[in-house]
Amino acid sequence: MAKLPTPEELAKIDLNPPEKDWMDTPADIKPGMFCWGAKGKNLKILDFPNARDWSPAEEDWKLPKDWEGTVLEAFADKLSKYRSFKIFMDVCVRCGACADKCHFFIGSGDPKNMPVLRAELMRSVYRKYFTNSGKVLGKLAGARELDLAVLKEWWYYFYQCTECRRCSVFCPYGIDTAEITMMAREFFNLLGLNIDWIAGPVANCYMKGNHLGLEPHTIKSSIEFFLDDIETVTGIKIEPTFNRKGAEILFVTPSGDLFADPGTYTAMGYLMLFHELGLDYTWSTYASEGGNFGFFTSNEMAKRLNSKIYAEAKRLGVKWILGGECGHMWRVLNQYMDTWNGPADFMEVPTSPITGTRFENARSTKMVHITEFTADLIKHGKLKLDPSRNDHLKVTYHDSCNTARGMGLLEEPRYVLKSVCNNFYEMPDNTIREQTFCCGSGTGLNASENMELRMKGGLPRANAVKHVRDQHGVNMLANVCAIDRATLKAAMEYWVPDVSVCGTHELLANALVMKGEKERTQDLRLEPLPGKEVKE
Amino acid sequence: MKMLFSFFAVIFLALLGFAGGKSTSLQFIFGVVIPYAAVATFILGVIYRVADWARSPVPFRIPTTCGQQESLPWIKQSKIENPSTSMGVWARMALEVLLFRSLFRNTKMELREGPKISYGSDKWLWLAGLAFHWSFLVILIRHLRFFSEGVPLVIGITESLDSFLQVGVPLFYLTDAVILAAVTFLFLRRVFIPQVKYISQAADYFPLFLIFGIAVSGVLMRYFLKVHIVGVKEMAMGLVTLHPVIPEGIGVIFYIHLFLISVLFMYIPFSKLMHLGGVFLSPTRNLANNSRIVRHINPWNYPVHVHTYDEYEDDFREKMKSAGIPVEKE
Repeated sequence: MAKLPTPEELAKIDLNPPEKDWMDTPADIKPGMFCWGAKGKNLKILDFPNARDWSPAEEDWKLPKDWEGTVLEAFADKLSKYRSFKIFMDVCVRCGACADKCHFFIGSGDPKNMPVLRAELMRSVYRKYFTNSGKVLGKLAGARELDLAVLKEWWYYFYQCTECRRCSVFCPYGIDTAEITMMAREFFNLLGLNIDWIAGPVANCYMKGNHLGLEPHTIKSSIEFFLDDIETVTGIKIEPTFNRKGAEILFVTPSGDLFADPGTYTAMGYLMLFHELGLDYTWSTYASEGGNFGFFTSNEMAKRLNSKIYAEAKRLGVKWILGGECGHMWRVLNQYMDTWNGPADFMEVPTSPITGTRFENARSTKMVHITEFTADLIKHGKLKLDPSRNDHLKVTYHDSCNTARGMGLLEEPRYVLKSVCNNFYEMPDNTIREQTFCCGSGTGLNASENMELRMKGGLPRANAVKHVRDQHGVNMLANVCAIDRATLKAAMEYWVPDVSVCGTHELLANALVMKGEKERTQDLRLEPLPGKEVKE
Repeated sequence: MKMLFSFFAVIFLALLGFAGGKSTSLQFIFGVVIPYAAVATFILGVIYRVADWARSPVPFRIPTTCGQQESLPWIKQSKIENPSTSMGVWARMALEVLLFRSLFRNTKMELREGPKISYGSDKWLWLAGLAFHWSFLVILIRHLRFFSEGVPLVIGITESLDSFLQVGVPLFYLTDAVILAAVTFLFLRRVFIPQVKYISQAADYFPLFLIFGIAVSGVLMRYFLKVHIVGVKEMAMGLVTLHPVIPEGIGVIFYIHLFLISVLFMYIPFSKLMHLGGVFLSPTRNLANNSRIVRHINPWNYPVHVHTYDEYEDDFREKMKSAGIPVEKE
């Protein structure tokens, strides 16, 4: 594995492009900047093409015969299926407004990480094969042939885009690089050029119901482990149910929260909240994944994984679905799920059994985001909260790319956070809400072998956190995303070491005064609460 | 290289126009045939391109949301930046098309030692873009006087607003100066901002030089090298009434102007200048964020192979039973 440079080394960024024209500069595939190739066995499980073991570091990528033909055929097919793709190939004027909006460009200075140039990597091939000017004028029209060097360049740079859509906010035509990256990854998928950090979880999710590959009994035992900790902290014994037919609500959350801290504390938060409400809900071991790494391979695979949520809701006969804290999960649930696998007409319009609020904004998909649900509870005074239990924390909030730019979930989590902690500070305006910066590791790029890439991409976010740490002493970075909880932890340790990361419902559960609880002396991390430290 | 090519291409085109205007035998071609061909190419080309885009469906509802979603009744929705109704979408599109809303957000990132990264407001591109496009529109409207009997009110008002400074004979039009300044700015930033220079193609310089050429030839004609204006009007009317005439002694600069405009019209459908149509069709802007409220239909949605619950239970039945998780088949 490539050695990770120090933050000081990585901070030396040259934003000036080289002299040589980008078309004459083939990609230099550097260790630390890419993820391992997918294992053949994982692709086989999914019936993906060209299943074999391969390594991006080697010269020979073991491509199928006539891979150029395969790509160009797929290119034509996608142009006919996606208006977005076609328009985004055609209308860019290269004004450059997007250039310094990408976290990977800011953190690396690599000109091919400017969204406009990332897209040009593909547009140049589009011009060659799909426009008359490109066919006739060639390079003069910005066109070039698809060859192995171009394919490798595509692969390298379209796995350096996290589909965060920040560029799309600033583009005068709304050109969304995510759409282009998705198409690139569709092509890679046809050639077997997947990465294992995505293909592995997808295969797991397909067969076992979740990215981590937790089998049903393991899901149960993981959660039981949390229950013990909850009992230690609160003295309350919680008994959640699994795959229970007739429950009112199906709860679906990313499996990452069952696996590693600090996501596990968020999962404990859900359990405590639902228990306190006496909610008639169930977990599912079959639909045990809210996230969707299939979304980072192909549209079809994303749909195949997503289908489990509605299928399980139907089988269990629930009235509606509640979704946990996750980023890309909510882009998928908001913008894709109903189109793929709906209509969800076997359920009812989600209605909070506690407040009676009908979630009209989810009346077709029947799926509510947990911060919508919790914000409504707090607004109606249904929760007894003691925010002083979070007084040792100075909190800021990181908007996930997808909930911000693919949904607009901005105020709900903020309302919850401000209700459960007394010290809340926003990061600078240009780094939050619709202008939020990616954690640097989205779209399945949260592996360990590409840590240099991740730390570069995470720099803009980390830098904004550093700003509020220096200004206000912020020591906790809250979010509503399982990927963030895993990746920002690494980015903070690297760039801003004294800031921790947590989910929103961890802080809520800390502040939640539960019926019959013992006096709390510890938070969910089993660390002493302010004023409750054991005296020496 | 890309820049020089475009520059000389436009010089060459201007010389062609010059040749066409000089030679009486070519005047009919440059004054009638080419303008007709250009207009036909423009209209058919634009229709073709837009129809071609429209032929591809919009499978998913993918607006880029730039504000608070429609949520609980007490949370204020950003009805324009994150519209959930078609009214909101209309407003969003109007702001985008008329005022370049997204470009107005533009920031400039600064990287200092530390590293310390900051983002300052940067409105120059927005301002120049807006000035350029609006000047272009005003000039286009003004030119319609050549193609109409009398002077319709809209044109009259546009003209008098544009010449409100009331200086010079003939009256000086503000937009003439603004468009030249804006095009110059847009060109200079391509040359002097390293990243923008790096991404620029011949197709970016060419329209700038072409439009600059059109504006310069127009300015020369109006203020300096006087042309036979009655002849120009006669010729324009001939073109619109489909009874083309070539009056004598109009002046060669007019032919250069007309030829460059013809080239621009022919060029538009085949170039990035189609952004004028594309902006209306961009799915990240022209859709409401209501996909949880109304099901969006994908016309090519097809059934996919899934791993069903029954298959899953078959894989794990014994483990589920011993963990006390309910199963369908005992």
